[in-house]
Amino acid sequence: MVSRRRFLAGSIGALALASTNACGGVGAKSNGGGNKVGGGVLSTQGFGKPDDVGQARIDAFKSAYPKVELRLNEGDFDPQQFLSAVSSGNAPDLVYLDRDLVGSYAAQGVIQPLDDRIASAGIDTGTYRKAALDEVTIGGKIYGVPEFYSTRNILVNGKALDEAGLALSDLSTTDWDKLHTTAVKLYKAGGRKISRIGFDPKLPEFLPLWAKANGADLVNPDGSPNLDDARIVEALTYALSLIDEQGGWSRFKAFRDTWDLFGSGNQFVKDQAGAFPWEGWYINVLVQASPKVDLRSILFTDRHGKPISFENGSAWCLPKGAGNPEAAVNWMKVMTSTDTWLRAGAARQATVEKNKTMFTGLWTANTDADVKVKAKYVKGGQTGFQQAVEHYYASTEYAFAVTGSKAGSEIKSAWQEAVNRALSGQQKPGAAMKQAQAEASKAFEAAK
Amino acid sequence: MATQATLPKATAAKFRARARDWPQIRAAYGFISLWIVGFLVFTLGPMIVSLVLSFTDYNSIGTAKNVGFANYRELFQDPKVAHALSNTLVYVIIYVPTAMAVALGLAMVLNRVGRASGFFRTVFYLPVMTPTVAVGALFLLLLNGQQGLLNRTLDLVGINGPNWTTDTHWVKPGLAITMLWGVGGMVVIYLAALRQVPKELYEAVELDGAGSWARFRHVTIPMISGSLFFTMIVQTIAALQMFDQAYTMFFGAQQNSTYSNEAALFYVIYLFQQAFQFLHMGYASALAWLLFLITMVITAVQVRVSRRYVYYEGEKH
Repeated sequence: MVSRRRFLAGSIGALALASTNACGGVGAKSNGGGNKVGGGVLSTQGFGKPDDVGQARIDAFKSAYPKVELRLNEGDFDPQQFLSAVSSGNAPDLVYLDRDLVGSYAAQGVIQPLDDRIASAGIDTGTYRKAALDEVTIGGKIYGVPEFYSTRNILVNGKALDEAGLALSDLSTTDWDKLHTTAVKLYKAGGRKISRIGFDPKLPEFLPLWAKANGADLVNPDGSPNLDDARIVEALTYALSLIDEQGGWSRFKAFRDTWDLFGSGNQFVKDQAGAFPWEGWYINVLVQASPKVDLRSILFTDRHGKPISFENGSAWCLPKGAGNPEAAVNWMKVMTSTDTWLRAGAARQATVEKNKTMFTGLWTANTDADVKVKAKYVKGGQTGFQQAVEHYYASTEYAFAVTGSKAGSEIKSAWQEAVNRALSGQQKPGAAMKQAQAEASKAFEAAK
Repeated sequence: MATQATLPKATAAKFRARARDWPQIRAAYGFISLWIVGFLVFTLGPMIVSLVLSFTDYNSIGTAKNVGFANYRELFQDPKVAHALSNTLVYVIIYVPTAMAVALGLAMVLNRVGRASGFFRTVFYLPVMTPTVAVGALFLLLLNGQQGLLNRTLDLVGINGPNWTTDTHWVKPGLAITMLWGVGGMVVIYLAALRQVPKELYEAVELDGAGSWARFRHVTIPMISGSLFFTMIVQTIAALQMFDQAYTMFFGAQQNSTYSNEAALFYVIYLFQQAFQFLHMGYASALAWLLFLITMVITAVQVRVSRRYVYYEGEKH
């Protein structure tokens, strides 16, 4: 007879791998949609729950292709779910993901090149912004159709600025010494508790912006990493010094985590933030949550005073094994066309009128659409919100993207982890970026 | 009967006993058959597949290419493996004894409550039912170093609490506190064990003049050592596989998505990154098997050591 002890020891072995082997996924195969041009089933992953803008564009597609049965998986993009579906031959017809993931997935053959399909569907790639298109172009082939276009400018708490007797120009990122002084003046703390962050450089995610301000790119034009460039290390060292002067990363981050970013008690209302660079979509959040705050804005500039901005966004891609590629490409075309964006603009305007707020812009990868939507719905003016909207429209003209790479995921992970190590004091910026360069180079060579 | 005539008496008796028990044995197999099918399909099958994949270069989409032991050699050259393993082992050392002590304390309190113990047992167990992702998100708020409830409470007694979620030295203790939320399962096991301890034993040592600590040390602990051992093994294995809460708090799609604190890079998180972020499924499989081996070694050591300390009532000595 097996003793309790032996039985226990034997059965325990089976437990050990259970969780690590139990990773599954949900497929979204389009049944029989394959060859039905203009019809069949069209399944998507990663599109999330559509808002008024998304719903208007879905309706536009339904009007154009009434015979296509849509199956929208409403969750955000989940790599595990997506890869499981593709590897099990159960791929969705479309996947919606961040453009910075496109390079790695293209290199692994998870998504298909679209050049021929784009040509046959009559999609004019000239309508898309170059930076966005570059992000999804890997090895000379286009792997995605870009959609939104999110740029960064500096948002400012006017009340805090006035209280400290400062001007907007004091927050210019052209003069780093002056910005340092301004950050310290805006910063407030009592004992170990921070009550206001003066200037948040938004690390690690905005390192590409600080690096560009100092004249360097994280990724070279050929997709190889450039993470240990002396100018990047200098930019990181500077941005870290801003945080060190404001309580140090540990307290700084803990305090930032308490901000009610999307609520009526946000960091502007509670006077918890002086200034920080942020994406344009946040204006729409603020105008609804706290329309009366004294919001001001200023363009992010490089050290020579030239305005710069960093953009990212999403793209529609065709997974390997997609069952209804014709409908998928038609969807990409409709969802990103000027007419559809105008329809989305009308839907947003209706929402704005209903809520008695203001139209804060739609920033897309389609230049023509942005011009027309802005002309039709954006009201110029001198209020802080109106000026912020103008600034975001201005920055779409010159924003850059981190160059797409076959090892894009690994490179991004390497520099973000390096910044985190530097932030938490585990490594000096130079050593952290050197390690990141070694990790990213290894991944890039492997992906070649 | 010819068969009985040629078999030794003891063997024949065994056969007779087995024939007599056959209906019960058949019923038992009937009951566990579904579990066996599930185990073969969802555990043993994937384990075998992952063992095969661990010798390949496979991105989960294309064809798997045989690379021999290359993935296993890479394990010893990859500094992140050692880092993730170290994080995981430190967490196990912090969490397992703490969780066992807290659960035992709560069970002993419950054991004295009397009639209301059923109600409190339910109350203690309810948190176990909370989705792990929700627990992670909740504790990000509770453990916030600047305005979290835990530090506010510590403030009341004059203690300046650390930044549990952002200070690298305090991330693992913070996660251990988070995981205490789910000790209800252990509490129930300990409570059942405590109820089984014969009262005569306590009476006997009291007559010998033993105080409460001596009763606990020389009666309670030995008598519930089987349960303690069981929970230690299970909790150690679970802690070695720490993923949900740490991923939600430091690597998920929340506001921390870009702040992946390396102090929280546990082994299974690194495995997940390799498999689903970088599509290195072959290497991830090798990582899984290394964890399996480490788990088996730790378990074997625990079993070996337990022989000296664990008391099984029905076992011959």
